[in-house]
Amino acid sequence: MITIIDYYAGNIRSVERACSEIGVTSTVTSNPADIDNAERIIFPGVGAAPSAMESMKRTGLDIALKQAFDKGIPILGICLGAQIILDSSEEGNQDCLGLIPGKTVRFRIKDNLLKIPHTGWNEVTVVQPHPLLDSIKEGDEFYFVHSFYPQPAEKENIYAVSNHGNDFCSALGYKNLFATQFHPEKSGRLGLQLLKLFARWEGYIPAKPMASEEG
Amino acid sequence: MLSKRLIVCLDVRSGKLAKSVRFVDTKDIGDPVEKARQYYQDGIDELVLYDITASRENRDIIIELVEKVASQIFIPFSVGGGIRSVEDATKLRMAGAEKVNVNTAAVQRKELITEIAHAIGSQSTILSMDIRRVDKTRDIPSGYEIVINDGTTPTGIDALAWAKLGVELGAGELVVNSIDADGTKEGYELKLTRLIADSVGVPVIASGGAGKPEHLYEAFTEGHADGALVASITHYGEYTCRQLKEYLHKQGIKVRMNY
Repeated sequence: MITIIDYYAGNIRSVERACSEIGVTSTVTSNPADIDNAERIIFPGVGAAPSAMESMKRTGLDIALKQAFDKGIPILGICLGAQIILDSSEEGNQDCLGLIPGKTVRFRIKDNLLKIPHTGWNEVTVVQPHPLLDSIKEGDEFYFVHSFYPQPAEKENIYAVSNHGNDFCSALGYKNLFATQFHPEKSGRLGLQLLKLFARWEGYIPAKPMASEEG
Repeated sequence: MLSKRLIVCLDVRSGKLAKSVRFVDTKDIGDPVEKARQYYQDGIDELVLYDITASRENRDIIIELVEKVASQIFIPFSVGGGIRSVEDATKLRMAGAEKVNVNTAAVQRKELITEIAHAIGSQSTILSMDIRRVDKTRDIPSGYEIVINDGTTPTGIDALAWAKLGVELGAGELVVNSIDADGTKEGYELKLTRLIADSVGVPVIASGGAGKPEHLYEAFTEGHADGALVASITHYGEYTCRQLKEYLHKQGIKVRMNY
């Protein structure tokens, strides 16, 4: 069972439908008490950081999500849900949840043929292994639509990068929290595959092999 | 780097797939949900459902259809035709459409673009423009005029000026549909597409005129388009989506090949 958090930031039904397509039951909630009992959490969202944070605080979902993270419940953030888990966002200079050190920044692009929002299919390059990225091969593309992107302070929290004018972090993680700037629920078979892996993920990242063990 | 998007347009009438040449003998040719699923599996990057009846009575039918399609395809898709209010747009969005297309109603009342953008976000608000070539005049300096009501009513509005205004008002993407090229199968209106694509900061989709794979190549290179809309070129089995993509890939255009 996956618990999808609805904090009034965009349409969560596409995530619900994608769960149903991969045969995983899901429930949608705005109630902090449900978060506490969740087995797995998807934290989606489209829209602006300030209004999203306002609604998280008003409903108490901000505290509930932090507690769920501390308890080790596997959490998957998507799009805005990959941005407001950092300390702050340049969008409205907003303080955010601070689950992973870093900030969310705006694309600053000089080439006027590159459009903002960054909308469409783009390659996701894995920079360090993670159980949820296991099935991704070179050249695999996912669907993006965003004007800001997450910038973790520590390299070790960056799991994948993409390029739009500059390289940016398109997947980040820390302990039982993993998040993608792209939309797995809108990324066809490859996106559904990532959701399947999440539905089985226990929230652990296997320790990196020692240098001496590498082939 | 972003891939160029291949977008298929399904014209629907009363919930059925209609023949894609508009106005001419629109007979029903099948189940749009099944067709959408086929396209999804064949690697289409995005799908548009266009309600060609666009009447009030049909709103419920189209919403039901959007829900069915949304449960079958896991890529972005948009809906157009007959969207006249924020309520129309939010209902479609709730039903599962990623984006909505406004056209005639936005020309008649331009605030509609801003209202919809506020309600569902600029990234989900597409301005579709039907455009015809005219002589350059003081009122239409670009030599391209906006026409409405499915290409039947000239407006005297300059297409380039309208494109820029549309983006200012909140449109997050533009569809440039050439009335002159539409149905000819002789290629997209490249000059027009490029003129608009080079003048706005949002993605531009070329529409109308695709008859062979080379036309898509031209739309992305000469036309500077971010996406290209196809309909009859793939509907009747002339080319599959995969064939078009393989052609583009071979020509060095970045398209999504792993799906």
